[in-house]
Amino acid sequence: MSKSLKLFGGALGGAGIVLLSAVNFADRFVTEAPAPKPRVAEAAPAPSAPPAPVAAEAQSGGMLVAAANAEEHSTSAGGFGIGREALPEEVAAWDVNVMPDGTGLPEGSGSVADGEMLFSENCAVCHGEFAEGVGNWPELAGGEGTLADKDPVKTVGSYWPYLSTAWDYVHRSMPFGNAQSLTADETYAIVAYILYSNWLVEEDFVLSRENFLEVEMPNADGFIVDDRPETEYGQWRAEPCMSDCKDSVEITMRATVLDVTPDEGADEAGMSEDQAAAPAPEAAPAEEAAPAAEEVTLAALDPELVAAGEKVFRKCSACHKVGEGAKNGAGPQLNGIVGRTVGGAEGFKYSGAMADHGGVWDEAFLAAFLADPRGTMKGTRMAFAGLKNDADVEAVIAFLKSTEE
Amino acid sequence: MADTSDLTPSRRAFLKGTAAGIAGAAMGAGAARAAGPDPLITDIQPFAQGLGDGVDATPYGLPIKFEDDVVRRNVEWLTADTISSINFTPIHALDGTITPQGCAFERHHSGAIEMSKGEYRLMINGLVDKPLVFTYEDLERFPRENHVYFCECAANTGMEWAGAQLNGAQFTHGMIHNMEYTGVPLRTLLQEAGLSGDLEGKWVFVEGHDASSNGRSIPMEKALDDVLVAFKANGEALRKEHGYPVRLVVPGWEGNLWVKWLRRVEVTDGPVESREETSKYTDTLADGTSRKWTWVMDAKSVITQPSPQAPITHGPGPMVISGLAWSGHGAITRVDVSKDGGKTWETARLAKPGEKMALTRFYLDTVWDGEEMLLQARAMDETGYVQPTKAQLREVRGENSIYHNNCIQTWHVKTSGEAENVEVS
Repeated sequence: MSKSLKLFGGALGGAGIVLLSAVNFADRFVTEAPAPKPRVAEAAPAPSAPPAPVAAEAQSGGMLVAAANAEEHSTSAGGFGIGREALPEEVAAWDVNVMPDGTGLPEGSGSVADGEMLFSENCAVCHGEFAEGVGNWPELAGGEGTLADKDPVKTVGSYWPYLSTAWDYVHRSMPFGNAQSLTADETYAIVAYILYSNWLVEEDFVLSRENFLEVEMPNADGFIVDDRPETEYGQWRAEPCMSDCKDSVEITMRATVLDVTPDEGADEAGMSEDQAAAPAPEAAPAEEAAPAAEEVTLAALDPELVAAGEKVFRKCSACHKVGEGAKNGAGPQLNGIVGRTVGGAEGFKYSGAMADHGGVWDEAFLAAFLADPRGTMKGTRMAFAGLKNDADVEAVIAFLKSTEE
Repeated sequence: MADTSDLTPSRRAFLKGTAAGIAGAAMGAGAARAAGPDPLITDIQPFAQGLGDGVDATPYGLPIKFEDDVVRRNVEWLTADTISSINFTPIHALDGTITPQGCAFERHHSGAIEMSKGEYRLMINGLVDKPLVFTYEDLERFPRENHVYFCECAANTGMEWAGAQLNGAQFTHGMIHNMEYTGVPLRTLLQEAGLSGDLEGKWVFVEGHDASSNGRSIPMEKALDDVLVAFKANGEALRKEHGYPVRLVVPGWEGNLWVKWLRRVEVTDGPVESREETSKYTDTLADGTSRKWTWVMDAKSVITQPSPQAPITHGPGPMVISGLAWSGHGAITRVDVSKDGGKTWETARLAKPGEKMALTRFYLDTVWDGEEMLLQARAMDETGYVQPTKAQLREVRGENSIYHNNCIQTWHVKTSGEAENVEVS
C-alpha cells in the first residue's frame, strides 16, 4: 500500500473521506464549470519522464485517484489546448530534483579536501569553518545523539535522513544569495566535506554518483509517517467537559517573566496608565537585550537620528556587532567603520572583492554599499539585499558614526 | 449559541450599577459620561467646516494614519536575518475573517522576489502525457474558482511549546491569514498535461521561482482534490510577498506547502524528500523519533480581543470577547470560551456558520465584572475533534515538536484590563 494512501486512510477515515469529498465537489461546482474537451492531437510521450510504474489496484482510501483513473476522458492529455509543450532543454534546466534513491544525480565527484576549500570560500561565512554554524545560522555538523534531549541539535549528520536532500539543496539553493552557482563536482565536494565534518566519512573520501547511496545517514530510520490519527484523534474526538472540569486552576508560567516579546507589541497597544500598577515580573529577564549603545555622544550627531539608526541596525545585528568588545561574527565588527580601511577588521575573513578593494569607508561609499551591497561591490559575501529607504541609510550611518574604533 | 439571557434582571441591574459607579474613576470610560457638554459635539470641528481630500489623493489607498500600528511585526531573535524569516499578522487588531493582504504574515526562505506577469512561466512535467509550459495569460483562460481558505504556518505557536513566551496574540498566533483566492484547480492543469496509467502512489513535487525554490511533495490524492493555482487574493493581484503573480493554495495543510512564485509541478512516483520536508517541517517527539508528512493543521482557536496587545480599556460592564477558530479537517462547528482557566465553559456565538478550511469568527457577548479572568477558547470541528490543552499535546509529543502546536491558549486578564500570556495548571 502506498504511503500516501496510508496517511489518507488514517487521517480522514474510510467513511469520512467519502463525505468530505462529496461536499467538496458540491461546493466546487456551484454552477457547472465547463468540461474540458478531448485534445485533438494525440499527446506525445514526455521526453524526460520515466515510464509510469505498473501500480496495484486502487485501494479504498484513494477515492479521487480511483475516480480519476476511471474517468479516462478527464485524465488523458488535453482538453483545453492551452499552453505549449515543454522542450527537453527547458525540462532539463528546471527539473533538477535528486530523489532519495539517487535518481537525478548528475555524473561527477568531489573530494573532502576540495570540499573544505569550497566550503570555506562559499559557506563558512554563515555555517562556520567547521560547519558548526555562526550566530543564528544553521549548524550543519554535530548534534549526534541529541534528538531526545531538551534542545535537540538537528544537523545533516544528526537529523537528515537522506543524503540526496543535502545534495539537492546545496545544488539548487546555496550559497545563500548566490544560488545555482555551484557545479555538480563542487556540490559533490561540499557535500563530502559536510559528511566529513560530521565524522561520517574519512578525510580522503571522494563522493560521486557511483558511491552516493553507500553513505549511511545515522538518522535514516528516525522518522515515522504522521500518526496523529492513531495517537491523538481517537482520544480528542469526544464531547468536551462544560462545567466542574477541574478543581483548581493555578498560573504556572507568565510570558512577561521571559521578556522576549518585541517592544512594538506593548508600546502601541494603547495601555492605560494602570500598567504602572500592574504586578512586576516575578523574575529577572532571562535574556539581556542587546548591549546598549555607547554613551559617546559626538556633538555633530543628531541624537534622534542616532537612535533611529540604532533601530535600523537591528537588521544588521545578526551578522555585525558594534560597541565595546564587539567581535567579528558572520560579518566583521563595525566599530568606527566610517573612516575605517575597507576590509580592515582584524581577523575577519573577507571576500576577495572586499579584501582587494582598498581605500576607506567614507560616508558616500558606505551609503551606496548599504543601499545596494552587491551592486556596489560585486563579489561581496554580504547576503543582505540592501536598505531601500534613504532615511534608513542616513540613520544607520549616523549610528555607526557614534561608535568608536 | 451564547447569549446573556440567563442573566437575571437583578443581576443585570447590579452589574450596571457597579459599572456606572466605578467607571468614571477607574477608566474615564468615554466622554459621553462626562459632566459637562462634550466639545466634540458642541464645538464646530475643522473637519465639519473645511474640506477633505479630493478623490485622487491616494490612487491606491492605505489605512488612515490612526491605524498605523496595525502592521505585521517580526520577532528578530527567531531567525538569523529577515530574508529567510517570518513575521506576524496583527490578528489582535483585526475583526471579521478576511485578512487584508497588506498585513498578512510573510514567510520567505530567500526573500520576496520581484517577478512580472510577463516573466512568469509554469511548467507541468514528469509522469504526464505531455509536459507543458503555461504563461500567466494561459492560466487566466482556464475555468477558475473562488474559495476562502486559511493559510497557517506549521510553526504558528511553535515558540510556546516549552512555556508561555511571547506576550501577544499577534506573536503567539499570527502566522496565519485568511483570504479569498481566485485560481485554477491544479487538477485542471494536471489533466491538461494528461495523467495516464494508474495514479496510485503518485505524487506531485511543487517548487517556486525563488532561490530557495521551497520544493515540497504532495500526494496525488490531495493534488486532485482541492489544491488551487491562485493568482488573485481578496479580489486583487497577489502581493509580491505572497508570491505574485502565482502561488499554490493547499487548503487545510501547512503553509510551507503553499509554494509562492510557483514555477513547476512535477508528477513523480514518490516524494522527493526535499529539505523542507525532512530537515524542516518534521515534528520531533520526546523519544527523538520524528513525525513526517504532518500536513494537516488540526483545529485551533485563539481569543484576539481581549489579549495582551488589546487590553480591556472600558472598565467593567458589557463587552465582547472575540476570536478566531479554524480547522484543516473541515468546518468549525463550535467554539467554547472559559473565563476561569478551563473549569467552566460557555458556548460562543459563531458570526457565520463555519466554512471548510477557513477562519471562523466567534463572539461571546458578555458582561465583565471587573475581576481577573483566565480566558481560553476551545474549538471543535466537523470531525468531532476538540482542540486539546498544551498538557494533552505534551503528553503525546513532548516539547520538541516545534510545529503543529494547536493547544488551548490562556490570557490572564487582570483587574486593570491588561492581559498576559500565561500557562495554567
